[in-house]
Amino acid sequence: MTLLAPTGSGRPPPAPPAARSGRRGLLPYLLLLPGAAWLFVFFGVPLAQLAAASLYDPSGSLATGYAMTWAFSNYPDVVQAYWPQFLRSFGYAGLALVLALLLGYPLAYAIAQKAGRWKNLLLVCVVAPMFTSFLVRTLAWKTILSDNGALVGLLRDVHLLAPDGRLLATPFAVVLGLTYNFLPFLVLPLYASLERLDPRLLEAATDLYASGAQAFRRVTLPLSMPGLVAGTLLFFIPASGDYINAELLGTPNEYMIGNVIDSAFLVRLDYPQGAALSFLLMAAILAVVFGYLRRAGTEEVL
Amino acid sequence: MRTPLRPLSRRGLLSGTLGSAALLTMGGSLAGCGTKGAQQTEAGCVSEDLSGTEKKLAFSNWPQYMDVDEKDESKRPSLDEFITKTGIQVTYTEDINDNNEFFGKVQNQLAACQSTDRDLIVLTDWMAARMIRLGWIQKLDPAKIPNVQANLLPSLINRPFDTENRISIPWQSGLAGLAYNGNVTKELRTVDELLTRPDLKGKVTALSEMRDTMGLLLGSNGHDPANFTPAQFDDALNKLKKAVDSGQIRKFTGNDYAPDLAKGDIAACIGWSGDIIQLSGEDEKVRFVAPDSGVMLYSDNMMVPNKATHRANAEQLINYYYEPAVAAKLAAYVNYICPVKGAQAEMEKIDPELAANPLIFPDEALLSKSKVFMALDEKQEKEYEGKFQQVIGA
Repeated sequence: MTLLAPTGSGRPPPAPPAARSGRRGLLPYLLLLPGAAWLFVFFGVPLAQLAAASLYDPSGSLATGYAMTWAFSNYPDVVQAYWPQFLRSFGYAGLALVLALLLGYPLAYAIAQKAGRWKNLLLVCVVAPMFTSFLVRTLAWKTILSDNGALVGLLRDVHLLAPDGRLLATPFAVVLGLTYNFLPFLVLPLYASLERLDPRLLEAATDLYASGAQAFRRVTLPLSMPGLVAGTLLFFIPASGDYINAELLGTPNEYMIGNVIDSAFLVRLDYPQGAALSFLLMAAILAVVFGYLRRAGTEEVL
Repeated sequence: MRTPLRPLSRRGLLSGTLGSAALLTMGGSLAGCGTKGAQQTEAGCVSEDLSGTEKKLAFSNWPQYMDVDEKDESKRPSLDEFITKTGIQVTYTEDINDNNEFFGKVQNQLAACQSTDRDLIVLTDWMAARMIRLGWIQKLDPAKIPNVQANLLPSLINRPFDTENRISIPWQSGLAGLAYNGNVTKELRTVDELLTRPDLKGKVTALSEMRDTMGLLLGSNGHDPANFTPAQFDDALNKLKKAVDSGQIRKFTGNDYAPDLAKGDIAACIGWSGDIIQLSGEDEKVRFVAPDSGVMLYSDNMMVPNKATHRANAEQLINYYYEPAVAAKLAAYVNYICPVKGAQAEMEKIDPELAANPLIFPDEALLSKSKVFMALDEKQEKEYEGKFQQVIGA
């Protein structure tokens, strides 16, 4: 909207010449048109279809077809059946986010501020894993965490793991997989905003007797907020809808809501249920995101 | 509240009006939604056969399900021979990796009685049954497939979903039973051992294929997988649930259990005979076990979907692969149960060791233990599959 309406703050915009104002007024809309049409056809229409499917009569079937009965009861039904998977999705994604922040923030900071001539190389290292398929990377973790692999063997030898303990097929493995797979989405926006951080501001902070921690809290952190907010969102949204990590690295006890939706559409052919679950997931993520943006402030991101 | 209530602005009013208008129109158009049934009838969806003029055939199959030349993997000896013999150009595509996934790929076309651009597809029993029930498959002409009538293995005749053997013809069959890796555990004999033996805890997988896993469990409870009651199903499901809750079962898998079993991450599992033969070829301590309580016999079936325009060409190919000599050639490569009588004698000439393998040519003792899962109607399928999926966690 900021594109279209004059913003309240700052100088009043110069009045456009009267003769050309008509065309000027239309131009932004014309520029929007291709994107909007694209969104409408490939996002709006399927979304409406999904919304419709979530209200179909649950007793319908593929053979006889589904009647539109405004069956809002589909929603409470799926919540009742699958609330553990919902909670688990957000729990795992949240845990993975914390881990990714602990790993990713120092990494982004180091690349942006301390890497010097190694900067580009390090950035390539962050991005390079994305050149291979998501599936292949997750399967590689399966080998690394294997029960009879070197890592588990080592952990058993130093008694960090019970003699019959395992890493694969545990919540730990799933959270680890999520952290690994989505880390670049967090690091790159963080890097972008930390890279713009002027080191002289930090010098000034120390000149004013700020300790290292204080300088970080009062200068670095606030200035990196845009990247932090964008990065956490880019990390959290796909992570909470993911099902590949739970499928490959977990067990049924680690299944997330994505696994349930997958099976509702492809295995059980329960379209109303699958659609209702998808909508709930979308709504839940939107709620989380809006809540978060309200607290963090949107001006810096958008 | 952090923000005090503000008077309604012009912009707020405008966007509010627009938003509600959009919601209303969307609601209005949704009310007209709903889907038509996917059911087709023979009279309602008629397919033309252009085989007389077009010597073509589009054949979709699973990966590694066709013999290839040892030196040149792009050559497929048995299929090439068919092409030379009949002049029919076969486009062979390995694009079926999963029954459910493939169903998703073709369901829109078949539900609307449109062509899938495939003349011959290969799907597992239960999926074949579903497609036949939906009226999506063409009937074959029995007179054009005499070899099938003559050579189909007796235990595969008159299966519940195709009582005349003229809609779905087995390509290869297999057994679902138990398997273990002798490098990491001792011998395994029964389903109960798999589900309760403490040394296997967390090292067991079962198949996400309901009919195979539940069939074995029903059998282990002394019930007949080919004919059971809902109560008996629930009984078996409870047994499975206990094993899941206790952490005995690590996960439910498709074909992907095989590498884990070979590595020893999984010590024992419910698995398919074909996979296990291939694994034991590399490591003889990986073994397939047919428990006394029964094994499940399944087949992957060749079918001609609606609107496929080369049915007669497909019939020629089906008939060709039911010649014992051709079937033996194929079986020597794929190592599944060969559904063709007489192929065993032909196999003696190729590889006597394989001819003696009961997992390719099962003997009477094994066949008498093998069961085909009960045919389910749509309502039963949804109910049982729903309950099963709940236990396996999805």
